[in-house]
Amino acid sequence: MEKTSKSAKFYLALVFIVLYTPILYLIFYSFNSGGGMNNFESFTWEHYAAVFSDTRLIMILLNTVIVALLSALIATIIGVFGSIGIVFMRNKSLRRSILSLNNVLIVSPDVVIGASFLILFTAIGVKLGFASVLISHIAFSIPIVVLMVLPKLQEMNSTLIDAAADLGASKRDILTRVIIPFVKPGIFAGFFMALTYSLDDFAVTFFVTGNGFSTLSVEIYSMARTGITLTINALSGIVFIVTLLLVVGYYFVSQRGKNPVGMGGRK
Amino acid sequence: MQTKTTKAFYLIPYYVWIVLFVVAPIALIAYYSFFDLSGNFSLENYQNFFTSVYLKLTLSSFWYAFLITLFTLLIAYPTAYLLTKTRHKQLWLLLIIIPSWINLLLKTYAFIGIFGLYGPVNAFLNVFGIGETQILFTDFSFVFVSVYIFIPFMILPIFNSLDKLNPSLVDASRDLGASSWTTFSKVILPLTINGVKAGIQAVFIPSLSLFMITRLIAGNKVITLGTAIEQQFLVTQNWGMGSTIAVFLIIFMVIIMIITGQRDKGASANGKNK
Repeated sequence: MEKTSKSAKFYLALVFIVLYTPILYLIFYSFNSGGGMNNFESFTWEHYAAVFSDTRLIMILLNTVIVALLSALIATIIGVFGSIGIVFMRNKSLRRSILSLNNVLIVSPDVVIGASFLILFTAIGVKLGFASVLISHIAFSIPIVVLMVLPKLQEMNSTLIDAAADLGASKRDILTRVIIPFVKPGIFAGFFMALTYSLDDFAVTFFVTGNGFSTLSVEIYSMARTGITLTINALSGIVFIVTLLLVVGYYFVSQRGKNPVGMGGRK
Repeated sequence: MQTKTTKAFYLIPYYVWIVLFVVAPIALIAYYSFFDLSGNFSLENYQNFFTSVYLKLTLSSFWYAFLITLFTLLIAYPTAYLLTKTRHKQLWLLLIIIPSWINLLLKTYAFIGIFGLYGPVNAFLNVFGIGETQILFTDFSFVFVSVYIFIPFMILPIFNSLDKLNPSLVDASRDLGASSWTTFSKVILPLTINGVKAGIQAVFIPSLSLFMITRLIAGNKVITLGTAIEQQFLVTQNWGMGSTIAVFLIIFMVIIMIITGQRDKGASANGKNK
């Protein structure tokens, strides 16, 4: 018993080391005063300074954040209403087909989504740039929001709505005071997932971004294609810290939001 | 009656989205696949797809995707299994997931340094007397980096299904005299096969279509279906051919979904959370 657990620990440790080494390697060399990702010369902040003094890069960072926040917000609104509609749908086969259509964009490869959106935008005459990127991000985030909100809605007892209606609540009241508060954790999770999908996306953006507009992923790609630049390393250091903060924050908020009943099944 | 109108109102933006961004794009891809470079309606693209160039490309893309999925599974299954045995398993799981949140391009970029001619791997090989080897821009590096990137996405669904497995079933099997291998192959694996299927789905389809890793890590040595689509759309500007490849990619995807299909809602193919 003792022996297996030791080799188990070794195996797990190995997996963790492999998973984290590349990331830490990147961050380590972001402090290198030499030019490349080998031969650490001396410690420096200059690459971080370079990131913050590069106005173009800062603009791209801002663009990325704005697109992520806006697309997550709009996708959450559309997705929440969509899932409320789906839940109250009486016709079962219609509901099933809507749900399968919902999942198409989740399972489709990014390249196919990107290519088809490019055709779509060209066909209906949307200029490639901020608008096309924002619209595509909203489009691929909606199904994720629906998948996050739907289980919560299904959990909700429909007698709650009947009770509210019997007590004289208007439809708006039912929505804002009963349904929305009940599914809030799902909405929150959906928004957060949409946010990370948008921040992470490369392939779709790459297809629909055109010339003037760029997001962080696309910029990293074009920088990396020309070779090693320690500015990317500094960027990854910043991205890593922000990601960690987001994950930890999300973890705590979602732990707090969990109702005690749900914890019962877990050991 | 009143609620009915409300229902319709809720659904308007959502329906618009389905029509415009789910149905229309697929229809447009299918439509464009019937046009050649000069904009004439033809089946030329489909004929081209069945020439040796594209068939070879499809085969090699499948071969790489198979290798990537296989290695990811071989590493992820034991990891997921051991994770369920740890004391703070949710915390450890979170630690496994965090790397999957880091931008994929940054992780890929790291390997340009690690696998570089003067990078740590070559320094390590030098210690053993193996001279500097070209690791970057080979198919090995492509498979390695892809496996690295997909590991968390495979661990997650397998972990979820292992976590749901009732441990007394394993105990019962051992008590009745089954060896560890029999217990694994006859009890644990069949009960967690849905997680494995979800993981395969989450890894195999993207590995057919990844193009940034092939471009950055494999140079132009490895060409997957995704690379070919990107090339046709953004470099050659031959949207017809690109659409045709995309049509086949969609068909392959549907076939894979049917093979690995399941009715289990718990094992989500979504790698990021849950």
